Amino acid sequence: MAQIECTNALLGYEGQPVLKDLTFRVSKGDYLCVIGENGAGKSTLIKTLLGLTPPLGGTIRLGDGLKQADIGYLPQQTDIQRDFPASVREIVLSGCANRLGRRPFYRKEEKRRALRSMEDLSILPLADRCYRELSGGQQQRVLLARALCATSALLVMDEPAAGLDPVASQELYQLISEINRKGVTIIIVSHDLPSTLRYASHILHIGGPSAYYAAKEEYIASEYGAKFIRMAGGEK
Amino acid sequence: MMLQTLSQYLAYPFVRYALIVGTLIALCSSLLGVTLVLKRFSYIGDGLSHVAFGAMALAAILNVSNDMLVAMPITVLAAVLILQLGRSTRVRGDAAIAMVSVGSLAVGYLLLNLFSTSSNLSGDVCSSLFGSTSILTLTLEEVWLCAAVSVLVTGIYIFFYHRIFAITFDESFALATGIRASAYNLLIAVVIAVVIVLAMRLVGSLLISALVIFPALAAMRVLKSYKSVIVFSAVSSVLCAVLGILVSILAGTPVGSTIVVMDIALFLGCALAGRLRAA
Repeated sequence: MAQIECTNALLGYEGQPVLKDLTFRVSKGDYLCVIGENGAGKSTLIKTLLGLTPPLGGTIRLGDGLKQADIGYLPQQTDIQRDFPASVREIVLSGCANRLGRRPFYRKEEKRRALRSMEDLSILPLADRCYRELSGGQQQRVLLARALCATSALLVMDEPAAGLDPVASQELYQLISEINRKGVTIIIVSHDLPSTLRYASHILHIGGPSAYYAAKEEYIASEYGAKFIRMAGGEK
Repeated sequence: MMLQTLSQYLAYPFVRYALIVGTLIALCSSLLGVTLVLKRFSYIGDGLSHVAFGAMALAAILNVSNDMLVAMPITVLAAVLILQLGRSTRVRGDAAIAMVSVGSLAVGYLLLNLFSTSSNLSGDVCSSLFGSTSILTLTLEEVWLCAAVSVLVTGIYIFFYHRIFAITFDESFALATGIRASAYNLLIAVVIAVVIVLAMRLVGSLLISALVIFPALAAMRVLKSYKSVIVFSAVSSVLCAVLGILVSILAGTPVGSTIVVMDIALFLGCALAGRLRAA
């Protein structure tokens, strides 16, 4: 059973259809990369996957023990965050806020989870630093650690490397791939085709006449995929 | 000499009431201030204070004995309205606030002019805009009411502290991971409305924003963790209020503006300290 099973879905917002006839599935451990031109409906797809916008038609079923709250999210950075006075520890721990239930404060177990997650992303030495003083790559690690506090099942990422320099961006893709190898399913929206093709297991190409979903090798071999790769200047 | 004068004044219950209420309001408004400033909602405080003025005007012409009974529900309603309007795509958030705020200021003044039986209309208006002496005429019941509301506000803030942090830092992440951000936004708006109606007594409706934003901005200049920002702005806001009230009594200056001047001095001091450290 797949974690996400999307069948003939019609996606859109405020009643306006954006994406038609979308069919794909995501299984545990997959690394799905969503590509497509601007305006093709990538953010609508993300909002729908996160349960913030209901699909207009078709079905999106969660399975394999995945619940809506198990879908973690690495959003694009906002202006608010760039000058936010908070320590790395506070931000990572805030990923556990959905575990609070009716309690006002975090338990030891949640604090340990935050520590572990900082350790995994090697940002433990930064724990008491102020978020706004970190580099872009470090900030993304902090947000990634926070997302891993919220869930260890599936992460949705929206252009995680936007605004990073090439080195930091490569490091980030490597890190994401390591997380993926530990069993965390990844759905990533990205413009960076070379990195995408290196790490992804599946490709969902949206926009164009209809969405095209395939395993990576199949996508590269297909006429449609090959054309897009040539156009985008990507390599295998 | 000055201490003697001060202890003389402190013997009067109205001075003690003013200090108690001032401390409590300064505490509540600075707690919420951090959240409002970080969420880019500073203007909601300003807008709601003008609504509170309009509501007070309404209470005055209706001859309601406790004007808070009128002002409180109207301001809370306006807070909810601003939040809803701000979310609809047709009216942007800042425009919604400006509309509601200017509207109620104008209508409030108009109502007072048309129906007021007071012989000193401009004095009344000036007093609700700038606070002036109303804090020195508090009754014991009002002090208790203020204490109860402050305890409630602080309690709510502490109880939801971690969730408020989560939605302030990143609302879309919080929403995605199953935190009902809109419910907490509503809670924050309602609580800020309540605090503003209380704070009108202290500094008047025009100066409330100062009480809300200055301590938060000052703390953000020098501190690096959220908790330290909250604690610093709460403590410094209370100190400014106490100092402002004492100075205004000794020097005979208007209470509200004196407190705000203290807050400005705090902000400038912190801004300078932040600069020096960065250099």
